[in-house]
Amino acid sequence: MFGIALTGRPSATATVSPPRTHLVVACKGVTKDFGTGDTRVQALRGIDMELPYGEMSLLVGPSGCGKTTLISIVAGLLDPTDGEVFVLGENLGKMSAGRKIAFRGKYIGFVFQQYNLLPALTAAENAAVPLLIAKVPRRKAIERAREMLARVGLASKTEVLPAQLSGGQQQRVAIARALIHEPRLLVCDEPTAALDAHSGQTVMELIRRVAVRPDRGVIVVTHDNRVYKYGDRIVSMSDGHVESIEVTPHLDKQGEGTS
Amino acid sequence: MTWIALKMLVGDRAKYFGILFGVTFATLLMTQQASIFWGLMNNTTSQIQDIEGASIWVMDPNVRYVDDIKPLSEDDLYRVRGISGVAWAVRLYKGIARARFEDGNFQQMILLGLDDATLVGAPRDIVLGSLADLRKPDAVIIDEAGYKYLWPDQPFELGRTFEMNDRRAVIVGICKARPTFQTFPIVYARYSQAVVYVPRERKVLSFVLAEPEPGLSPQEVCRRIEEGTRRSQGRPGLRALTRSEFMAVTIRYYLQRTGIPINFGITVMLGFVVGAAIAGQTFYMFTVENLKQFGALKAMGVSNLRLIGMSLTQALVVGVMGYGLGVGGAVCFGLFMGAVAKTVPPAFLMTWHILVLSAVAVLVIMLLASVVSIRKVLVLEPAIVFK
Repeated sequence: MFGIALTGRPSATATVSPPRTHLVVACKGVTKDFGTGDTRVQALRGIDMELPYGEMSLLVGPSGCGKTTLISIVAGLLDPTDGEVFVLGENLGKMSAGRKIAFRGKYIGFVFQQYNLLPALTAAENAAVPLLIAKVPRRKAIERAREMLARVGLASKTEVLPAQLSGGQQQRVAIARALIHEPRLLVCDEPTAALDAHSGQTVMELIRRVAVRPDRGVIVVTHDNRVYKYGDRIVSMSDGHVESIEVTPHLDKQGEGTS
Repeated sequence: MTWIALKMLVGDRAKYFGILFGVTFATLLMTQQASIFWGLMNNTTSQIQDIEGASIWVMDPNVRYVDDIKPLSEDDLYRVRGISGVAWAVRLYKGIARARFEDGNFQQMILLGLDDATLVGAPRDIVLGSLADLRKPDAVIIDEAGYKYLWPDQPFELGRTFEMNDRRAVIVGICKARPTFQTFPIVYARYSQAVVYVPRERKVLSFVLAEPEPGLSPQEVCRRIEEGTRRSQGRPGLRALTRSEFMAVTIRYYLQRTGIPINFGITVMLGFVVGAAIAGQTFYMFTVENLKQFGALKAMGVSNLRLIGMSLTQALVVGVMGYGLGVGGAVCFGLFMGAVAKTVPPAFLMTWHILVLSAVAVLVIMLLASVVSIRKVLVLEPAIVFK
């Protein structure tokens, strides 16, 4: 049922095979333990979760409930102790380390809580990083980054260093960076946590507007209940379990996914 | 990614200059000290280099370096001349004479007595006067640095006199000579003149200078001289060395028997250690402070191999720049010291060997710095970006 061919070097310009499944992420009995013996901590206790394409799924829950661990496993940054994780139809557990790195570079975009922009690079250069990783020529990559920054409302800030941008602007640069290589899965970790309420709303609206597409899945980890309204699906976690998955009638689903 | 690595490197100005300073400092100290050391070592052989015209130096078998004079007998000269393959062989006197000047001052001099007939070993570069005048009675030629030392800030003037062993010496020429290890003025005279400038001894011949016949190598003729002069009952004959061999023997003596290499070695090692510590620590801090960024790059699909490449690129670039600045600084030091030295030029000789060795040392420093730092990145879990 699952299976997307991942061949060759990751390239932002490469055409991705159409998914053979409607699920962008599927977790089956995923557990994750940290430590051993008496110090063993079970962060995830059997997660079953299916997230379809074309939706923004919010992963919510109190601190320490396992959201970050789950998102790290889904993004291929951590290996589960047990269970299976399918992303874009590919079983991450059956991928070699090298293939996983290539897979991440090609198909997954990241938005981090602390932006993690390279301080020495301008906004355009930062946004171009995934293309540079994919060995797109620098001039072309930066040109595309400028276009992407224009889409997130930073056309006038392309040559500015991150330190000269506000938190909200830096997060928009991070969003541009996450989307520039047209990933099939966007993973956002607390994208509004370091922002004030207004900037947080702006960032969530932006993600909703530019990231959600029929052929892409978006997962946002958050504990900010003010942004729940932007999710199509809310996965509530508690103590390493998925407590509930709620599909929400989103306020503005009409006409979305066309950006 | 190379471009990103370089932008990251120069973007953090304080650390960039910190690393650059460390490498520059290490290079400067290592090349400058090594050049002074090598200059000193080169000075120990300056008279072997200055006495041109003969490929072979023949000496007592117990001579250990050029200033270790163990006089030969006149018979030894004739024995060398009698060896098959020796085209010619002449006398050379080398010793220390004490000169007394008109003002009552005394000064020790390096006295070189050249073969009366041929003047083999005579200075090539006469600044004032004529080599032919050395055949005049009481004539000596003095080296330029020695003249400036004895008569500072005075113009060169021929005809000045002084005494050695109560015998009059008249300066008929001023020549260029390589600076010596002992820093004494150098005086050239005819052999017959030189031997009266020092207290009388039974044997006065310091060296025999010889030249092989055409078609024979100096090494072969040296071997023949040593064999041909071997005495009975296994006693060694004369020692015959080519110029380069004699220079090597002299330098080896100073390396083995003096504390000079250790003293300079300590300074060079200090430069290496301090440079490595500054560069390594700053590079490490640079990496640690950028761990989140490296983690983000890993998350975004940058492999460990590419991260190693980035780190090595950063290390290589800053290493090359620091090396260039350090060597430049050392060269400037050498030029400056040469310009301000009023009498004897400073012992400073920067050869390609020193440049290569210091480049290797800098490479090691940067590799160490890079390895220590990159370890941190390689073991970094990319999931750190979510923490």
